[in-house]
Amino acid sequence: MIPELGHFALILALGLALVQSVVPLWGSFNGRRPWMEMARPLAWGQLTFLAVAFACLLQAFLTDDFSVRYVAEQSNTLLPQIYKVSALWGGHEGSLLLWVLMLGLWGAAVAAFSRNLPLPMISRVIAVQGMVAIGFLLFTLLTSNPFERLFPIPPEGRDLNPLLQDPGLAVHPPMLYMGYVGFSVAFSFAIAALIGGKLDAAWARWSRPWTTVAWIFLTIGIALGSWWAYYELGWGGWWFWDPVENASFMPWLAGTALMHSLAVTEKRGAFKSWTVLLAISAFSLSLLGTFLVRSGVLTSVHAFATDPSRGTFILAFLVIVIGGSLALYAWRAPAVSGGGRFDLVSRESFLLVNNLLLAALALLVLFGTLAPLIYEAAGWGKISVGFPWFNTMFIALSPFLVLAMGVGPSTRWKHDEPGRLARLLWVPLILSLGVLALASTGLMFPGNLWVGLGLGLSTWLVLTHLVSLKERLRNKGGLGGLIGDLRNRSRSFYGMWLAHIGVAVFIVGATVVSNFGSETDLRMSPGDVHEVAGYRFQFNGAQPHDGPNFRAQRGEFVIYKGERQIDVLHPEKRSYLSGGMPMTEAGIDPGFLRDLYVSLGEPVGTQGDWAVRIYYKPYVRWIWLAGILMALGGLLAVSDGRYRTARKRVPVPAGGGLARA
Amino acid sequence: MARSQSRSKSSYLVPLGIFLALAALLFYGLGLDPKKVPSPLVGKPAPSFELESLLEPGKTISSDILKGKMSLVNVWASWCPSCRQEHGELIRIARESDVQMIGFNWKDERRAALEMLRRYGNPYVLSVFDPENQVGIDWGVYGAPETFVVDAEGIIRHKRIGPIDQRVWEEEILPVIEQYRSKG
Repeated sequence: MIPELGHFALILALGLALVQSVVPLWGSFNGRRPWMEMARPLAWGQLTFLAVAFACLLQAFLTDDFSVRYVAEQSNTLLPQIYKVSALWGGHEGSLLLWVLMLGLWGAAVAAFSRNLPLPMISRVIAVQGMVAIGFLLFTLLTSNPFERLFPIPPEGRDLNPLLQDPGLAVHPPMLYMGYVGFSVAFSFAIAALIGGKLDAAWARWSRPWTTVAWIFLTIGIALGSWWAYYELGWGGWWFWDPVENASFMPWLAGTALMHSLAVTEKRGAFKSWTVLLAISAFSLSLLGTFLVRSGVLTSVHAFATDPSRGTFILAFLVIVIGGSLALYAWRAPAVSGGGRFDLVSRESFLLVNNLLLAALALLVLFGTLAPLIYEAAGWGKISVGFPWFNTMFIALSPFLVLAMGVGPSTRWKHDEPGRLARLLWVPLILSLGVLALASTGLMFPGNLWVGLGLGLSTWLVLTHLVSLKERLRNKGGLGGLIGDLRNRSRSFYGMWLAHIGVAVFIVGATVVSNFGSETDLRMSPGDVHEVAGYRFQFNGAQPHDGPNFRAQRGEFVIYKGERQIDVLHPEKRSYLSGGMPMTEAGIDPGFLRDLYVSLGEPVGTQGDWAVRIYYKPYVRWIWLAGILMALGGLLAVSDGRYRTARKRVPVPAGGGLARA
Repeated sequence: MARSQSRSKSSYLVPLGIFLALAALLFYGLGLDPKKVPSPLVGKPAPSFELESLLEPGKTISSDILKGKMSLVNVWASWCPSCRQEHGELIRIARESDVQMIGFNWKDERRAALEMLRRYGNPYVLSVFDPENQVGIDWGVYGAPETFVVDAEGIIRHKRIGPIDQRVWEEEILPVIEQYRSKG
């Protein structure tokens, strides 16, 4: 009964979405207020029915209702309660329901926090959200209904994929989806602006906080995915350029460019067509990512549903939404663009470089991800594109981005003098080149060109930002003025600052762990000791050990440094009772400056020997710390006072805008 | 020196153009199977091997058996459901065609493999046993069932990935056999 209620709720949500897409939009053309005023209640109604549907499916999971096919496929009576909840989004149908619920959440949020936006604008924004909802709800109801019943009712479910029975992974999809779906708001704002034929600084100001919040969630989601892969998959890797990882990275790159481009449009009225195009692209890449992992076009460790019929539906949807919006862009953008001139040496220029490089990176990742398909279509045979290509491409382009990141924040808007910049930044430049030289030549520690490049670039970022901070505080009374500055309308500067430092932290982490980490495969007998990177690892054999829904072999490793015992690790090899391949649980001793990581391979022989892998991972935590810093930076920027006070006033379209730091 | 932001109107169509090309590509991709990997060995001599016979432990069979007659080398295992599906077709082919059917038991247990042959019949003239994938890896075997068409000179002429049914036999394999039959 309850699953049917959920199904019905979805149908009602679809009905509301149909009305939501048409009536407010039409009202914005013929000027009928009552029609436009329906937008907000419709958005609320959507969310209500989607929440009901979600709750019904949740109930089915929590009560082990295996008469619902999706529950039988994803869950199991022995599954710990918390994972029964996260099993809801463990498979294709449920994750779609989560996606569309998020869409409802964002739509309702826009309805709630937009009191001071003009009614025609908000009607159009909500209408576009409704159009996207129609597509997803149709897809769900026609091809991927999570409420489908199963007869005869199995006494036991199949179980959630053991890889997914993990706290990190439970949270990863909701975070990611909040990000992907959040970009739909910027998308809707862009479409609404194109329809209305007006794109001004006020529009940019409204779009910014939404975009930043979506970006924060996406950053956290990607960082979580990377961290999870590291500790769960057992090989100590943190990024594989897997198609699905790329599917999340491309919207992130576009979203980052969008955030920066919006800043320029708000403050200087420039980059208008760039910003609109980026807003369309960020969401389009989110949709494209959704397509790639559900259609069977690419294989991946992640691919949800490899089903060409579903793929055709999504592709048709993509053509309508993305093709339609790009066609609208081609038609209307020429009318709304223009404005905001700037000189060659100006902050706008550096942000333009930023836009171009981020867009290029996103396109290259797209190309690399789709290359196997392109080659096959052209008859050039089957290839696969992996690590080496992506890494080379990324390392080739990103230094230019980092160089621009160092100069941009210190550069004035519209016009600046190269001499002034040189005076400000020559010290960071010299010091960074020094670090590059020292680290490359291996004078102080074993190094190579890549280490030099990585450390040199991060030094450049940190030092240039210290300079920019010093310049800023110079007029605010030095370091003491920092607190006051944070309290008023300048948080966005500190948000930028923190996020950019996060990038520097990432570069250090990635460079060090890639160049100075080690992996040792060996066979150990109980009692054996092996030394890696100055630490002694003593293996004390493996004992059988049972969990709630698995049986395991649990190894014990004691780690010593010198005479001191550092830690005792318990890596496991688990066989889940519901069947499937054995899972490896790594034993990790985490640290700020290094991780020690042990995983069990296979038992060898009959004396209790095991093939084991010992990893030394220096600075690997810096990679996820960087994600945290970037998210915090975004949070600081969003909490800037100017967005709050703007809500209480009727905004006046700010023409050129004041040049704010 | 000031920079203006005007562009020609047609440049705004570029993103749409790129996207439509992408959509066409993806539409094409839906019709493909990413798991099918063509064999780079087609047209090359079959990798030589010396493997134990499946039926007679201790007896060795070498790849010389591939010379002199057209062969179908069928990779199979008792744990593979599709192999069971095609088994009937293989028996029919062995009976009606003059091609020699070589069984290549892969990553399997001897006992289970022999049981399967006993229960469902043995279409193979000879069967080799490769439990550790020592030879399969040279042949590029990555799943079961797979079938290689090897001509009388020992050159691989075709690799069929997946089970063989009547249609596959007539449309895919028989033409290859007919094409290379006359040689040697």
